[in-house]
Amino acid sequence: MKTPGQWQMKNVREIIQQLKEKPGALLPVLHAIQQYIGHIPDNVVPVIADEMLLTRAEVHGVISFYAHFHNHPTGQNIVEICRGEACQSVGCRQLEKHAKNTLNIDYQQTTDCGSITLEPVYCLGNCATGPSIRINDDIHGRVTPERFDELMENCRQHLQEAG
Amino acid sequence: MSIRIFVPSDTTARSLGADQIATLIQAEALSRGIDITLVRNGSRGLLWLEPLIEIETDNGRLGFGPVTSNDVQTLFEQNFYLGQTQHTLCVGLVEQIPYLKNQQRLTFSRAGITDPLSLDDYLEHDGYTGLDNALIMTGQQIVDEVKTSGLRGRGGAAFPTGIKWQTVLDTPDEQKYIVCNADEGDSGTFADRLVMECDPFMLIEGMTIAGLAVGATQGYIYLRSEYPIAHQILTKATETAYQHGYLGSNIRGSQKHFNLEVRLGAGAYICGEETSLLDSLEGKRGLVRAKPPLPAIVGLFGKPTVVNNVLSLAAIPYILNKGGQAYADYGVGRSRGTMPIQLTGNVKYGGLVELAFGISLNKLMNDFGGGTRSGRPLKAVQVGGPLGAYLPENQWDTIIDYEAFSSEQAVLGHGGVVMFDDSVDMGDQARFAMEFCKVESCGKCTPCRIGSTRGVEVIDRIRAGERTESNWQLLEDLCETMVDGSLCAMGSMTPIPVQSVMKFFPDELRHERQE
Repeated sequence: MKTPGQWQMKNVREIIQQLKEKPGALLPVLHAIQQYIGHIPDNVVPVIADEMLLTRAEVHGVISFYAHFHNHPTGQNIVEICRGEACQSVGCRQLEKHAKNTLNIDYQQTTDCGSITLEPVYCLGNCATGPSIRINDDIHGRVTPERFDELMENCRQHLQEAG
Repeated sequence: MSIRIFVPSDTTARSLGADQIATLIQAEALSRGIDITLVRNGSRGLLWLEPLIEIETDNGRLGFGPVTSNDVQTLFEQNFYLGQTQHTLCVGLVEQIPYLKNQQRLTFSRAGITDPLSLDDYLEHDGYTGLDNALIMTGQQIVDEVKTSGLRGRGGAAFPTGIKWQTVLDTPDEQKYIVCNADEGDSGTFADRLVMECDPFMLIEGMTIAGLAVGATQGYIYLRSEYPIAHQILTKATETAYQHGYLGSNIRGSQKHFNLEVRLGAGAYICGEETSLLDSLEGKRGLVRAKPPLPAIVGLFGKPTVVNNVLSLAAIPYILNKGGQAYADYGVGRSRGTMPIQLTGNVKYGGLVELAFGISLNKLMNDFGGGTRSGRPLKAVQVGGPLGAYLPENQWDTIIDYEAFSSEQAVLGHGGVVMFDDSVDMGDQARFAMEFCKVESCGKCTPCRIGSTRGVEVIDRIRAGERTESNWQLLEDLCETMVDGSLCAMGSMTPIPVQSVMKFFPDELRHERQE
């Protein structure tokens, strides 16, 4: 994750140029840019459109269609709570409520300290050992409210250590 | 000699601490001066035992599970690495565990046994024998073998795989594609994930054979972004296959070519629908296409394309190794071979159960699943993902067979079984079905896009006791409109869970549960 100013447009252009010859390259390009910056800022949309011979509308349309792409900065950690039926059957509705209450945010919002963005996710494929959550690329199973609090505490501490 | 200790590396094991346990085992062995080789194997699919640690002994592999990081010390103290069995977590020889022993594993025969990233392991366990056979066959011979197997699409639609391949084979074009649908979005399913995380070369082999069969030289695995571990493992396995001449040009010196790329989705359930998936692969919004033309004729980039689910392609190496008839010898009626059933939700022994078609749902949930995790009575079972029906008790004797399920107005789908105990509010579940469609609809057709929004509203009114009877009628009409008027299965199947609640649990939909 980078704060504004920590990324450069010329690097974005380079990323696009490296990938754009792939057939149907737009999703790989967007993934790479989001990996680099942390989100896909509005001002890179015209650059992508220009490099890939697409309209801005087409690029914007793709970014807004997919839940995984963000056009605004997210918190240091993205925390996704699985809302799938298998997790519902073992208490994800309660976990969801607990998470929103204790973090004091709703889905698609970020905590004031900037450490956590909360997102819903529709199935993490961990359905025999739910409720499941994902923190960045780590998936956690059988998450009780207590375990959730521990994991969130780790997220906050990492942010403090990073200054 | 070094002692081999196995710690699974799949998502479920890791979600319960397997990585930390692996580190602790290595540190503990080092400090005690014990020579061990730590293998990160796949999962056996006995997920309630994860992390399931195994030790290689003369009699077979001995299991300990579910292990937490707090147990590592005592495991060593009780000499688990020497095959001592007194630790309370010892589950005996893993292959003697009835849950595993009573399965018929064709597709998952290697899962949990091998290191998923070891090509040598794969080759030692029958890997690439199917490809060897396919390399000396004509495309038509391969397609015929798949037809003989009776394999039907395991993604849910259950279309005969051999016939799909025949269409692509018969459609002349210089460029054709093999697309693997690895957008396993149904809640209650993880069999695709297990294939990709535990035996990735099997999927690569299956796709290569598909390419040889229909004359396609390029394949794509469209993987959902919710599976980061599968992504890492598949990417590494693909690189290894290229390095060893199992992918690329001149495969195994045959003068035949097949290239494969893993592409990541971006969090859209609809992209599991094959035409939406193709649009997404082309770099567009994942909008559903009207059919015809079929993707087999006009598919990816307008070219003839095989779109198959992970499990369908994963069944191919077995079929080409042992013959289509060997596969068809399993199963009942028109459902041939085996079905990997995933027991999930509120279940005591959740996991993967691969069996020939024909076993009853009840037997699966009780003999394998052991009932609910909570110990409370089982109330409803959703089979076939978020678009599948909620089955009440009198339907639990239904056997696992595509036709048996459709005769109950239910769907077997991708084989996910989600169990609910009596604390579930079925009205909530019906509402969620509409809400899910509202979130995930691609928006192309009106019945799905607007119908789902109205569906949530109507259900809310019914539950609030607002003109219940006329709103009930309205909901019935709405469901019918969505079924008849939607472009794809998302809109036309969303009513299935809703209608099943209306039919079997009407009181819970009529009245909001009093806390």
